[in-house]
Amino acid sequence: MIIKDKVIKYGNNVDTDVIIPARYLNTTDEAELASHCFEDLDSDFKEKAKERKIIVGGENFGCGSSREHAPLSIKASGIKAIIAKSFARIFYRNSINTGLPLLVSIEASEHIKDSDEVEIDLDNGEIKDITTGITFKVPPLPDFIQKVISSGGYMKFTKKQLAKSK
Amino acid sequence: MNDGKKPQTMAQKILADHSGKEFVEEGEIVNASVDIVLGNDITMPLAIEEFKKIGAGKVFDNTKIVMVPDHFTPNKDIKSAQQCKILRDFAGEQDIINYFEIGEMGIEHALLPEKGLVLPGDLVIGADSHTCTYGALGAASTGVGSTDVAVAMATGKLWFMVPSTLKFDYKGSLKKWVTGKDLILYTIGMIGVDGALYRSMEFSGPSVRGLSMDSRFSMANMAIEAGGKFGIFEVDEKVEEYMRSKGKTGYKIYKSDSGASFEKVFNIDCTDIELQVATPHLPSNARNAMDLGEIKLDQVVIGSCTNGRMEDLEMAAKIFKGKKVSKSMRTIIIPATQKIYLEAMKKGLLEIFINAGCVVSTPTCGPCLGGHMGILAEGERAIATTNRNFVGRMGHPESEVYLSGPAVAAASAIAGRIAVPGEVI
Repeated sequence: MIIKDKVIKYGNNVDTDVIIPARYLNTTDEAELASHCFEDLDSDFKEKAKERKIIVGGENFGCGSSREHAPLSIKASGIKAIIAKSFARIFYRNSINTGLPLLVSIEASEHIKDSDEVEIDLDNGEIKDITTGITFKVPPLPDFIQKVISSGGYMKFTKKQLAKSK
Repeated sequence: MNDGKKPQTMAQKILADHSGKEFVEEGEIVNASVDIVLGNDITMPLAIEEFKKIGAGKVFDNTKIVMVPDHFTPNKDIKSAQQCKILRDFAGEQDIINYFEIGEMGIEHALLPEKGLVLPGDLVIGADSHTCTYGALGAASTGVGSTDVAVAMATGKLWFMVPSTLKFDYKGSLKKWVTGKDLILYTIGMIGVDGALYRSMEFSGPSVRGLSMDSRFSMANMAIEAGGKFGIFEVDEKVEEYMRSKGKTGYKIYKSDSGASFEKVFNIDCTDIELQVATPHLPSNARNAMDLGEIKLDQVVIGSCTNGRMEDLEMAAKIFKGKKVSKSMRTIIIPATQKIYLEAMKKGLLEIFINAGCVVSTPTCGPCLGGHMGILAEGERAIATTNRNFVGRMGHPESEVYLSGPAVAAASAIAGRIAVPGEVI
Protein backbone atom coordinates (compact mmCIF):
# COMPACT_ATOMS: atom_id res chain seq x y z
CA MET A 1 0.00 0.00 0.00
CA ILE A 2 1.29 3.44 -0.98
CA ILE A 3 0.35 6.61 0.90
CA LYS A 4 1.36 9.88 -0.76
CA ASP A 5 0.54 13.18 0.86
CA LYS A 6 1.78 16.33 2.55
CA VAL A 7 2.93 16.56 6.15
CA ILE A 8 1.69 18.25 9.31
CA LYS A 9 4.58 18.27 11.76
CA TYR A 10 4.43 18.26 15.58
CA GLY A 11 7.01 17.86 18.38
CA ASN A 12 7.75 15.40 21.19
CA ASN A 13 5.26 13.90 23.67
CA VAL A 14 2.07 14.75 21.78
CA ASP A 15 -0.35 13.44 24.41
CA THR A 16 -3.86 12.04 24.12
CA ASP A 17 -5.28 15.03 26.04
CA VAL A 18 -4.26 17.37 23.22
CA ILE A 19 -5.21 14.86 20.51
CA ILE A 20 -8.75 14.68 21.86
CA PRO A 21 -9.48 16.45 25.17
CA ALA A 22 -11.38 14.35 27.73
CA ARG A 23 -14.22 16.88 27.80
CA TYR A 24 -15.32 15.50 24.42
CA LEU A 25 -15.18 11.83 25.41
CA ASN A 26 -18.86 11.60 26.23
CA THR A 27 -19.49 10.40 22.68
CA THR A 28 -18.18 7.71 20.34
CA ASP A 29 -19.30 9.57 17.20
CA GLU A 30 -16.23 9.73 14.97
CA ALA A 31 -17.19 12.89 13.07
CA GLU A 32 -17.85 14.72 16.33
CA LEU A 33 -14.53 13.50 17.80
CA ALA A 34 -12.74 14.62 14.63
CA SER A 35 -14.23 18.11 14.96
CA HIS A 36 -12.22 18.57 18.21
CA CYS A 37 -9.04 16.72 17.18
CA PHE A 38 -5.85 18.59 18.23
CA GLU A 39 -7.84 21.72 19.14
CA ASP A 40 -5.78 22.41 22.32
CA LEU A 41 -2.48 21.97 20.46
CA ASP A 42 -3.14 23.46 17.04
CA SER A 43 -6.31 25.40 16.33
CA ASP A 44 -5.52 25.26 12.58
CA PHE A 45 -5.37 21.46 12.46
CA LYS A 46 -8.76 21.05 10.78
CA GLU A 47 -7.77 23.46 8.01
CA LYS A 48 -4.36 21.84 7.58
CA ALA A 49 -5.83 18.31 7.49
CA LYS A 50 -7.92 19.23 4.44
CA GLU A 51 -4.74 19.30 2.34
CA ARG A 52 -2.16 17.41 4.38
CA LYS A 53 -2.86 13.84 5.47
CA ILE A 54 0.36 12.56 7.05
CA ILE A 55 1.41 13.55 10.59
CA VAL A 56 5.07 13.52 11.61
CA GLY A 57 5.74 13.59 15.35
CA GLY A 58 8.78 13.30 17.60
CA GLU A 59 9.30 11.01 20.59
CA ASN A 60 6.57 9.25 22.58
CA PHE A 61 3.70 10.21 20.26
CA GLY A 62 0.29 9.50 21.80
CA CYS A 63 1.40 9.30 25.43
CA GLY A 64 -1.16 9.37 28.20
CA SER A 65 -4.57 7.86 28.24
CA SER A 66 -5.86 4.61 26.73
CA ARG A 67 -8.64 6.40 24.86
CA GLU A 68 -9.07 4.77 21.47
CA HIS A 69 -10.89 7.99 20.61
CA ALA A 70 -7.40 9.42 19.95
CA PRO A 71 -6.47 7.36 16.86
CA LEU A 72 -10.16 7.30 15.84
CA SER A 73 -10.39 11.10 15.83
CA ILE A 74 -7.14 11.35 13.87
CA LYS A 75 -8.37 8.81 11.32
CA ALA A 76 -11.74 10.48 11.05
CA SER A 77 -9.92 13.77 10.35
CA GLY A 78 -8.64 12.13 7.18
CA ILE A 79 -5.08 11.43 8.37
CA LYS A 80 -3.71 8.37 6.57
CA ALA A 81 -0.51 7.61 8.55
CA ILE A 82 1.73 8.86 11.37
CA ILE A 83 5.53 8.83 11.38
CA ALA A 84 7.34 9.39 14.70
CA LYS A 85 10.58 8.67 16.53
CA SER A 86 8.62 6.53 18.99
CA PHE A 87 5.01 5.89 19.98
CA ALA A 88 3.46 5.41 23.41
CA ARG A 89 2.48 1.77 23.74
CA ILE A 90 -1.31 2.00 24.20
CA PHE A 91 -1.62 4.50 21.33
CA TYR A 92 0.45 2.11 19.21
CA ARG A 93 -1.85 -0.82 20.03
CA ASN A 94 -4.95 1.26 19.43
CA SER A 95 -3.70 2.45 16.07
CA ILE A 96 -2.85 -1.07 14.89
CA ASN A 97 -6.14 -2.38 16.24
CA THR A 98 -8.14 0.27 14.45
CA GLY A 99 -6.10 0.21 11.24
CA LEU A 100 -4.19 3.52 11.37
CA PRO A 101 -0.68 2.88 9.99
CA LEU A 102 2.21 4.03 12.21
CA LEU A 103 5.85 4.17 11.18
CA VAL A 104 8.78 4.43 13.57
CA SER A 105 11.78 6.30 12.14
CA ILE A 106 14.05 8.64 14.07
CA GLU A 107 15.80 9.74 10.88
CA ALA A 108 12.61 10.42 8.91
CA SER A 109 11.08 12.28 11.84
CA GLU A 110 14.15 14.52 12.10
CA HIS A 111 14.51 15.08 8.35
CA ILE A 112 10.96 15.69 7.19
CA LYS A 113 9.77 19.30 7.44
CA ASP A 114 6.28 20.69 7.87
CA SER A 115 4.41 20.71 4.49
CA ASP A 116 6.94 18.37 2.77
CA GLU A 117 5.41 15.87 0.39
CA VAL A 118 6.05 12.31 1.50
CA GLU A 119 5.44 8.88 -0.02
CA ILE A 120 5.10 5.89 2.30
CA ASP A 121 5.42 2.34 0.94
CA LEU A 122 3.95 0.23 3.74
CA ASP A 123 4.67 -3.16 2.13
CA ASN A 124 8.36 -2.46 1.54
CA GLY A 125 8.92 -0.34 4.66
CA GLU A 126 10.02 2.86 2.95
CA ILE A 127 9.41 6.53 3.61
CA LYS A 128 10.41 8.90 0.80
CA ASP A 129 10.54 12.65 1.29
CA ILE A 130 9.59 13.70 -2.25
CA THR A 131 10.40 17.34 -1.50
CA THR A 132 14.04 16.52 -0.73
CA GLY A 133 14.36 13.20 -2.57
CA ILE A 134 15.66 11.29 0.45
CA THR A 135 14.39 7.77 1.30
CA PHE A 136 14.34 6.12 4.73
CA LYS A 137 14.00 2.40 5.46
CA VAL A 138 11.65 1.30 8.21
CA PRO A 139 12.01 -2.08 9.96
CA PRO A 140 9.16 -4.46 9.06
CA LEU A 141 6.39 -5.02 11.59
CA PRO A 142 6.15 -8.43 13.31
CA ASP A 143 4.14 -11.00 11.29
CA PHE A 144 1.23 -11.06 13.72
CA ILE A 145 0.82 -7.28 13.59
CA GLN A 146 0.98 -7.31 9.78
CA LYS A 147 -1.82 -9.87 9.76
CA VAL A 148 -3.95 -7.70 12.05
CA ILE A 149 -3.37 -4.65 9.82
CA SER A 150 -4.05 -6.54 6.58
CA SER A 151 -7.30 -7.87 8.08
CA GLY A 152 -8.43 -4.27 8.58
CA GLY A 153 -7.92 -4.15 12.35
CA TYR A 154 -8.08 -6.40 15.41
CA MET A 155 -11.88 -6.69 15.50
CA LYS A 156 -12.05 -7.92 11.91
CA PHE A 157 -9.04 -10.18 12.47
CA THR A 158 -10.75 -11.76 15.50
CA LYS A 159 -14.03 -12.13 13.63
CA LYS A 160 -12.20 -14.09 10.92
CA GLN A 161 -10.39 -16.26 13.46
CA LEU A 162 -13.64 -17.06 15.26
CA ALA A 163 -15.35 -17.95 11.97
CA LYS A 164 -12.45 -20.27 11.10
CA SER A 165 -12.61 -22.08 14.43
CA LYS A 166 -16.35 -22.77 14.09
CA MET B 1 10.66 -24.88 25.93
CA ASN B 2 12.38 -23.92 29.11
CA ASP B 3 14.39 -26.67 30.74
CA GLY B 4 13.60 -25.11 34.07
CA LYS B 5 16.93 -23.33 34.20
CA LYS B 6 16.52 -20.26 32.04
CA PRO B 7 15.88 -17.39 34.44
CA GLN B 8 12.93 -15.07 33.83
CA THR B 9 11.49 -11.85 35.24
CA MET B 10 8.10 -11.71 36.98
CA ALA B 11 6.61 -10.19 33.84
CA GLN B 12 7.95 -13.00 31.64
CA LYS B 13 6.74 -15.69 34.03
CA ILE B 14 3.20 -14.35 34.29
CA LEU B 15 2.91 -13.90 30.52
CA ALA B 16 4.41 -17.38 29.92
CA ASP B 17 1.99 -19.05 32.34
CA HIS B 18 -0.98 -17.27 30.80
CA SER B 19 -0.04 -18.31 27.27
CA GLY B 20 0.64 -21.97 28.04
CA LYS B 21 4.40 -21.66 27.71
CA GLU B 22 7.26 -22.31 30.07
CA PHE B 23 9.42 -19.53 28.73
CA VAL B 24 8.80 -16.40 26.72
CA GLU B 25 11.43 -14.22 25.07
CA GLU B 26 11.48 -10.46 25.42
CA GLY B 27 10.00 -8.97 22.26
CA GLU B 28 7.99 -12.13 21.49
CA ILE B 29 4.29 -11.67 20.78
CA VAL B 30 2.06 -14.04 22.75
CA ASN B 31 -1.67 -14.64 22.77
CA ALA B 32 -2.39 -14.84 26.49
CA SER B 33 -5.46 -15.64 28.58
CA VAL B 34 -6.56 -12.76 30.77
CA ASP B 35 -8.01 -12.96 34.28
CA ILE B 36 -9.82 -9.61 34.39
CA VAL B 37 -11.10 -7.35 31.59
CA LEU B 38 -11.95 -3.84 32.82
CA GLY B 39 -13.65 -0.87 31.25
CA ASN B 40 -15.25 2.42 32.28
CA ASP B 41 -17.90 4.85 31.07
CA ILE B 42 -15.51 6.41 28.52
CA THR B 43 -13.89 3.33 27.02
CA MET B 44 -16.55 0.66 27.43
CA PRO B 45 -19.21 2.09 25.06
CA LEU B 46 -16.68 1.87 22.22
CA ALA B 47 -15.67 -1.64 23.35
CA ILE B 48 -19.30 -2.76 23.41
CA GLU B 49 -19.83 -1.43 19.86
CA GLU B 50 -16.80 -3.42 18.66
CA PHE B 51 -17.81 -6.50 20.68
CA LYS B 52 -21.16 -6.54 18.92
CA LYS B 53 -19.45 -6.32 15.52
CA ILE B 54 -17.33 -9.40 16.32
CA GLY B 55 -20.57 -11.34 16.62
CA ALA B 56 -19.48 -13.53 19.55
CA GLY B 57 -22.86 -13.31 21.27
CA LYS B 58 -21.95 -13.87 24.89
CA VAL B 59 -18.86 -12.67 26.75
CA PHE B 60 -16.27 -15.39 27.43
CA ASP B 61 -16.87 -15.33 31.20
CA ASN B 62 -19.40 -13.08 32.92
CA THR B 63 -17.41 -13.15 36.18
CA LYS B 64 -14.23 -11.79 34.62
CA ILE B 65 -15.55 -8.60 33.06
CA VAL B 66 -15.55 -5.55 35.33
CA MET B 67 -17.38 -2.33 34.47
CA VAL B 68 -17.03 0.81 36.55
CA PRO B 69 -18.75 4.00 35.41
CA ASP B 70 -16.45 6.40 37.27
CA HIS B 71 -15.15 9.12 34.95
CA PHE B 72 -18.16 11.34 34.27
CA THR B 73 -20.36 10.01 37.08
CA PRO B 74 -22.66 10.77 38.75
CA ASN B 75 -23.72 11.50 35.16
CA LYS B 76 -22.54 15.03 34.42
CA ASP B 77 -24.65 15.61 31.30
CA ILE B 78 -27.05 13.87 28.94
CA LYS B 79 -24.34 12.45 26.71
CA SER B 80 -22.52 10.94 29.70
CA ALA B 81 -25.79 9.51 30.96
CA GLN B 82 -26.28 7.85 27.56
CA GLN B 83 -22.76 6.37 27.73
CA CYS B 84 -23.39 4.95 31.21
CA LYS B 85 -26.70 3.51 30.03
CA ILE B 86 -24.84 1.54 27.35
CA LEU B 87 -22.76 -0.10 30.12
CA ARG B 88 -25.73 -0.74 32.35
CA ASP B 89 -27.79 -2.31 29.55
CA PHE B 90 -24.88 -4.48 28.38
CA ALA B 91 -24.16 -5.64 31.94
CA GLY B 92 -27.82 -6.63 32.23
CA GLU B 93 -27.89 -8.48 28.90
CA GLN B 94 -24.67 -10.34 29.65
CA ASP B 95 -25.25 -11.00 33.36
CA ILE B 96 -22.03 -9.22 34.23
CA ILE B 97 -21.86 -9.44 38.01
CA ASN B 98 -19.03 -6.95 38.48
CA TYR B 99 -20.88 -3.89 37.23
CA PHE B 100 -20.78 -1.24 39.94
CA GLU B 101 -23.48 1.40 40.14
CA ILE B 102 -22.56 4.68 41.84
CA GLY B 103 -23.81 3.66 45.27
CA GLU B 104 -21.35 0.79 45.50
CA MET B 105 -18.64 2.17 43.30
CA GLY B 106 -15.44 4.08 43.44
CA ILE B 107 -12.65 5.03 41.10
CA GLU B 108 -11.92 1.77 39.29
CA HIS B 109 -8.28 1.36 40.32
CA ALA B 110 -9.08 1.87 43.99
CA LEU B 111 -12.23 -0.24 43.77
CA LEU B 112 -10.94 -3.46 42.18
CA PRO B 113 -8.28 -4.17 44.82
CA GLU B 114 -10.67 -3.11 47.59
CA LYS B 115 -13.23 -5.68 46.35
CA GLY B 116 -10.52 -8.36 46.11
CA LEU B 117 -11.12 -8.75 42.36
CA VAL B 118 -7.42 -8.82 41.39
CA LEU B 119 -5.11 -11.55 42.69
CA PRO B 120 -1.32 -11.64 42.74
CA GLY B 121 -0.06 -13.30 39.56
CA ASP B 122 -3.15 -12.32 37.56
CA LEU B 123 -2.90 -10.98 34.02
CA VAL B 124 -5.24 -7.99 33.95
CA ILE B 125 -6.17 -5.66 31.11
CA GLY B 126 -8.25 -2.54 31.33
CA ALA B 127 -9.30 0.10 28.87
CA ASP B 128 -7.81 2.74 31.11
CA SER B 129 -4.14 3.62 31.11
CA HIS B 130 -3.86 3.47 34.92
CA THR B 131 -4.75 -0.22 34.97
CA CYS B 132 -1.06 -0.73 35.83
CA THR B 133 -2.07 0.11 39.44
CA TYR B 134 -2.64 -3.57 40.29
CA GLY B 135 1.07 -4.22 39.87
CA ALA B 136 1.17 -3.34 43.58
CA LEU B 137 -0.45 -6.75 44.17
CA GLY B 138 2.14 -8.56 42.06
CA ALA B 139 -0.19 -8.78 39.06
CA ALA B 140 0.84 -8.14 35.46
CA SER B 141 -1.65 -5.45 34.70
CA THR B 142 -1.80 -2.96 31.88
CA GLY B 143 -3.88 -0.42 30.04
CA VAL B 144 -5.16 -1.23 26.56
CA GLY B 145 -7.74 0.18 24.16
CA SER B 146 -11.42 -0.43 23.60
CA THR B 147 -10.92 -2.81 20.67
CA ASP B 148 -8.57 -4.86 22.87
CA VAL B 149 -11.28 -5.05 25.52
CA ALA B 150 -13.86 -6.04 22.89
CA VAL B 151 -11.66 -8.90 21.66
CA ALA B 152 -10.81 -10.02 25.20
CA MET B 153 -14.49 -9.97 26.18
CA ALA B 154 -15.23 -12.20 23.20
CA THR B 155 -12.29 -14.60 23.44
CA GLY B 156 -10.73 -14.28 26.90
CA LYS B 157 -7.41 -13.67 25.18
CA LEU B 158 -5.27 -10.80 23.97
CA TRP B 159 -1.99 -10.22 22.16
CA PHE B 160 0.93 -8.97 24.23
CA MET B 161 4.51 -8.19 23.40
CA VAL B 162 6.73 -9.57 26.17
CA PRO B 163 8.45 -6.53 27.71
CA SER B 164 11.99 -6.19 28.96
CA THR B 165 12.26 -5.11 32.58
CA LEU B 166 13.78 -2.07 34.28
CA LYS B 167 14.45 -2.73 37.95
CA PHE B 168 14.22 0.08 40.48
CA ASP B 169 15.89 -0.70 43.78
CA TYR B 170 15.02 1.77 46.56
CA LYS B 171 17.16 1.95 49.71
CA GLY B 172 17.22 4.19 52.77
CA SER B 173 14.54 5.63 55.02
CA LEU B 174 12.00 8.15 53.79
CA LYS B 175 11.86 11.71 55.06
CA LYS B 176 8.83 12.90 57.01
CA TRP B 177 5.66 13.24 54.86
CA VAL B 178 7.30 11.52 51.88
CA THR B 179 5.14 8.79 50.33
CA GLY B 180 5.07 6.50 47.31
CA LYS B 181 3.89 9.45 45.21
CA ASP B 182 7.13 11.32 45.87
CA LEU B 183 9.20 8.25 45.01
CA ILE B 184 7.40 7.74 41.71
CA LEU B 185 7.50 11.43 40.73
CA TYR B 186 11.22 11.43 41.54
CA THR B 187 11.69 8.26 39.47
CA ILE B 188 9.78 9.60 36.46
CA GLY B 189 11.79 12.82 36.78
CA MET B 190 14.93 10.72 36.58
CA ILE B 191 14.01 8.56 33.55
CA GLY B 192 11.54 10.81 31.69
CA VAL B 193 8.00 10.32 30.36
CA ASP B 194 9.23 7.67 27.91
CA GLY B 195 12.00 6.30 30.12
CA ALA B 196 10.17 2.99 30.54
CA LEU B 197 8.42 2.90 27.17
CA TYR B 198 7.14 -0.66 26.46
CA ARG B 199 9.03 -1.91 29.56
CA SER B 200 7.93 -3.53 32.78
CA MET B 201 9.03 -1.44 35.78
CA GLU B 202 9.82 -3.67 38.74
CA PHE B 203 9.91 -1.85 42.08
CA SER B 204 12.00 -3.46 44.80
CA GLY B 205 14.34 -2.86 47.71
CA PRO B 206 13.98 -2.29 51.45
CA SER B 207 12.37 1.15 51.11
CA VAL B 208 9.44 -0.06 49.03
CA ARG B 209 9.02 -3.10 51.26
CA GLY B 210 8.49 -0.59 54.04
CA LEU B 211 5.76 1.24 52.10
CA SER B 212 2.06 0.82 52.86
CA MET B 213 -0.14 -0.83 50.23
CA ASP B 214 -1.71 2.58 49.52
CA SER B 215 1.70 4.04 48.70
CA ARG B 216 2.52 1.05 46.50
CA PHE B 217 -0.74 1.46 44.55
CA SER B 218 0.19 5.09 44.03
CA MET B 219 3.61 4.14 42.60
CA ALA B 220 2.37 1.33 40.36
CA ASN B 221 -0.40 3.65 39.14
CA MET B 222 2.07 6.07 37.60
CA ALA B 223 4.26 3.52 35.77
CA ILE B 224 2.35 4.59 32.63
CA GLU B 225 3.57 8.17 33.11
CA ALA B 226 7.05 6.84 32.29
CA GLY B 227 5.58 4.90 29.35
CA GLY B 228 5.68 1.60 31.29
CA LYS B 229 3.61 -1.47 30.48
CA PHE B 230 3.63 -2.91 34.00
CA GLY B 231 4.59 -1.35 37.34
CA ILE B 232 5.07 -4.44 39.39
CA PHE B 233 6.02 -5.25 42.99
CA GLU B 234 7.10 -8.54 44.50
CA VAL B 235 4.47 -10.25 46.63
CA ASP B 236 5.54 -9.92 50.26
CA GLU B 237 3.86 -10.38 53.64
CA LYS B 238 2.06 -7.00 53.28
CA VAL B 239 0.46 -8.08 49.99
CA GLU B 240 -0.50 -11.44 51.47
CA GLU B 241 -2.01 -9.74 54.51
CA TYR B 242 -3.94 -7.39 52.20
CA MET B 243 -5.28 -10.35 50.22
CA ARG B 244 -6.24 -12.22 53.42
CA SER B 245 -8.23 -9.16 54.46
CA LYS B 246 -10.22 -9.65 51.23
CA GLY B 247 -10.67 -13.36 51.98
CA LYS B 248 -8.34 -14.34 49.13
CA THR B 249 -5.68 -17.06 49.36
CA GLY B 250 -4.33 -19.81 47.10
CA TYR B 251 -3.00 -17.62 44.30
CA LYS B 252 0.32 -18.29 42.61
CA ILE B 253 3.23 -16.07 43.63
CA TYR B 254 5.74 -15.10 40.97
CA LYS B 255 9.22 -13.72 41.65
CA SER B 256 11.92 -12.68 39.21
CA ASP B 257 14.65 -15.34 39.16
CA SER B 258 18.01 -14.35 40.58
CA GLY B 259 19.68 -14.54 37.18
CA ALA B 260 16.82 -12.87 35.30
CA SER B 261 17.96 -10.33 32.77
CA PHE B 262 17.08 -6.76 33.62
CA GLU B 263 17.64 -4.23 30.89
CA LYS B 264 18.86 -1.81 33.54
CA VAL B 265 18.93 -1.60 37.33
CA PHE B 266 18.46 1.79 38.99
CA ASN B 267 19.72 2.14 42.56
CA ILE B 268 17.85 4.93 44.28
CA ASP B 269 18.76 6.33 47.69
CA CYS B 270 15.56 7.53 49.35
CA THR B 271 17.28 9.34 52.22
CA ASP B 272 17.76 12.43 50.04
CA ILE B 273 14.35 12.44 48.34
CA GLU B 274 12.39 15.54 49.32
CA LEU B 275 8.66 16.12 48.82
CA GLN B 276 8.19 16.30 45.04
CA VAL B 277 6.11 18.44 42.70
CA ALA B 278 5.86 17.91 38.93
CA THR B 279 5.52 21.28 37.23
CA PRO B 280 3.46 21.80 34.02
CA HIS B 281 3.12 20.20 31.51
CA LEU B 282 4.77 16.82 32.04
CA PRO B 283 4.78 14.39 34.99
CA SER B 284 8.56 14.14 34.51
CA ASN B 285 9.12 17.79 35.52
CA ALA B 286 9.78 16.69 39.10
CA ARG B 287 11.26 19.32 41.45
CA ASN B 288 11.74 19.61 45.20
CA ALA B 289 8.56 21.27 46.47
CA MET B 290 10.50 23.52 48.81
CA ASP B 291 12.63 24.91 45.98
CA LEU B 292 9.74 26.15 43.84
CA GLY B 293 9.36 29.63 45.27
CA GLU B 294 6.12 31.63 45.24
CA ILE B 295 3.62 29.80 43.04
CA LYS B 296 0.11 31.03 43.75
CA LEU B 297 -2.80 28.62 43.31
CA ASP B 298 -6.54 28.80 42.62
CA GLN B 299 -7.48 25.20 43.32
CA VAL B 300 -6.31 22.09 45.17
CA VAL B 301 -7.54 18.57 44.38
CA ILE B 302 -6.87 15.64 46.70
CA GLY B 303 -8.18 12.40 45.24
CA SER B 304 -7.97 10.22 42.08
CA CYS B 305 -6.85 6.66 41.38
CA THR B 306 -3.36 7.80 42.35
CA ASN B 307 -3.99 9.39 45.76
CA GLY B 308 -7.59 9.11 46.94
CA ARG B 309 -7.00 6.32 49.46
CA MET B 310 -7.10 6.32 53.28
CA GLU B 311 -3.39 7.02 53.73
CA ASP B 312 -3.76 10.11 51.53
CA LEU B 313 -6.85 11.40 53.32
CA GLU B 314 -5.33 10.75 56.75
CA MET B 315 -2.18 12.62 55.80
CA ALA B 316 -4.18 15.55 54.46
CA ALA B 317 -6.36 15.60 57.60
CA LYS B 318 -3.28 15.79 59.84
CA ILE B 319 -2.34 18.99 58.06
CA PHE B 320 -5.86 20.47 57.79
CA LYS B 321 -6.78 19.77 61.42
CA GLY B 322 -7.67 23.04 63.13
CA LYS B 323 -6.59 25.07 60.09
CA LYS B 324 -8.39 26.97 57.35
CA VAL B 325 -7.65 26.87 53.65
CA SER B 326 -6.54 30.15 52.14
CA LYS B 327 -9.49 32.52 51.58
CA SER B 328 -9.96 32.12 47.85
CA MET B 329 -8.71 28.54 47.55
CA ARG B 330 -11.10 26.01 46.05
CA THR B 331 -10.10 22.79 47.82
CA ILE B 332 -11.74 19.61 46.59
CA ILE B 333 -11.34 16.31 48.42
CA ILE B 334 -12.48 13.17 46.60
CA PRO B 335 -12.36 9.88 48.52
CA ALA B 336 -11.65 7.22 45.89
CA THR B 337 -14.39 4.78 46.88
CA GLN B 338 -17.61 4.68 48.88
CA LYS B 339 -15.85 2.49 51.47
CA ILE B 340 -13.04 5.01 51.87
CA TYR B 341 -15.62 7.81 52.08
CA LEU B 342 -17.44 5.99 54.89
CA GLU B 343 -14.23 5.22 56.77
CA ALA B 344 -13.12 8.84 56.46
CA MET B 345 -16.49 9.88 57.86
CA LYS B 346 -16.27 7.46 60.80
CA LYS B 347 -12.75 8.61 61.61
CA GLY B 348 -13.85 12.25 61.61
CA LEU B 349 -11.72 13.22 58.62
CA LEU B 350 -14.62 14.67 56.65
CA GLU B 351 -15.41 16.98 59.55
CA ILE B 352 -11.79 18.18 59.59
CA PHE B 353 -11.92 18.83 55.84
CA ILE B 354 -15.23 20.68 55.94
CA ASN B 355 -14.21 22.76 58.97
CA ALA B 356 -11.04 23.69 57.09
CA GLY B 357 -13.12 24.98 54.18
CA CYS B 358 -12.70 22.07 51.77
CA VAL B 359 -15.53 20.47 49.80
CA VAL B 360 -15.87 16.70 49.85
CA SER B 361 -17.13 15.02 46.69
CA THR B 362 -18.61 11.64 45.95
CA PRO B 363 -16.06 9.27 44.34
CA THR B 364 -15.33 10.23 40.72
CA CYS B 365 -12.38 10.73 38.38
CA GLY B 366 -14.00 14.12 37.73
CA PRO B 367 -11.45 16.94 37.66
CA CYS B 368 -8.36 14.76 37.11
CA LEU B 369 -9.14 14.54 33.40
CA GLY B 370 -11.03 17.82 33.14
CA GLY B 371 -14.37 16.02 33.19
CA HIS B 372 -16.35 17.79 35.90
CA MET B 373 -16.30 18.62 39.65
CA GLY B 374 -13.55 21.21 39.49
CA ILE B 375 -12.62 22.53 36.06
CA LEU B 376 -10.05 25.30 35.69
CA ALA B 377 -10.67 28.59 33.88
CA GLU B 378 -8.19 30.31 31.57
CA GLY B 379 -5.02 31.28 33.40
CA GLU B 380 -5.89 29.37 36.57
CA ARG B 381 -3.49 27.11 38.41
CA ALA B 382 -4.05 24.01 40.53
CA ILE B 383 -2.04 21.54 42.52
CA ALA B 384 -3.46 18.04 42.47
CA THR B 385 -2.61 14.61 43.81
CA THR B 386 -3.57 13.25 40.39
CA ASN B 387 -1.31 11.73 37.74
CA ARG B 388 -1.15 13.98 34.67
CA ASN B 389 -0.47 17.65 34.08
CA PHE B 390 -0.65 17.80 30.29
CA VAL B 391 -1.93 20.94 28.53
CA GLY B 392 -5.64 21.36 29.25
CA ARG B 393 -5.79 18.28 31.46
CA MET B 394 -7.98 19.89 34.15
CA GLY B 395 -9.80 22.39 32.00
CA HIS B 396 -8.85 25.39 29.88
CA PRO B 397 -5.80 24.85 27.65
CA GLU B 398 -4.28 27.98 29.23
CA SER B 399 -4.61 26.55 32.78
CA GLU B 400 -1.85 24.79 34.70
CA VAL B 401 -1.67 21.66 36.86
CA TYR B 402 1.10 20.86 39.33
CA LEU B 403 1.27 17.27 40.64
CA SER B 404 2.16 16.31 44.19
CA GLY B 405 1.38 13.94 47.04
CA PRO B 406 -1.29 14.69 49.67
CA ALA B 407 1.02 16.48 52.15
CA VAL B 408 2.14 19.19 49.72
CA ALA B 409 -1.40 19.54 48.33
CA ALA B 410 -2.90 20.07 51.79
CA ALA B 411 -0.15 22.46 52.91
CA SER B 412 -0.55 24.41 49.66
CA ALA B 413 -4.32 24.76 50.22
CA ILE B 414 -3.62 26.46 53.55
CA ALA B 415 -0.74 28.62 52.28
CA GLY B 416 -2.51 29.67 49.06
CA ARG B 417 0.65 28.83 47.15
CA ILE B 418 2.82 25.74 46.75
CA ALA B 419 4.07 24.90 50.23
CA VAL B 420 5.44 22.06 52.33
CA PRO B 421 3.82 20.97 55.63
CA GLY B 422 6.54 22.57 57.76
CA GLU B 423 5.43 26.02 56.58
CA VAL B 424 1.85 25.66 57.83
CA ILE B 425 1.97 23.47 60.95
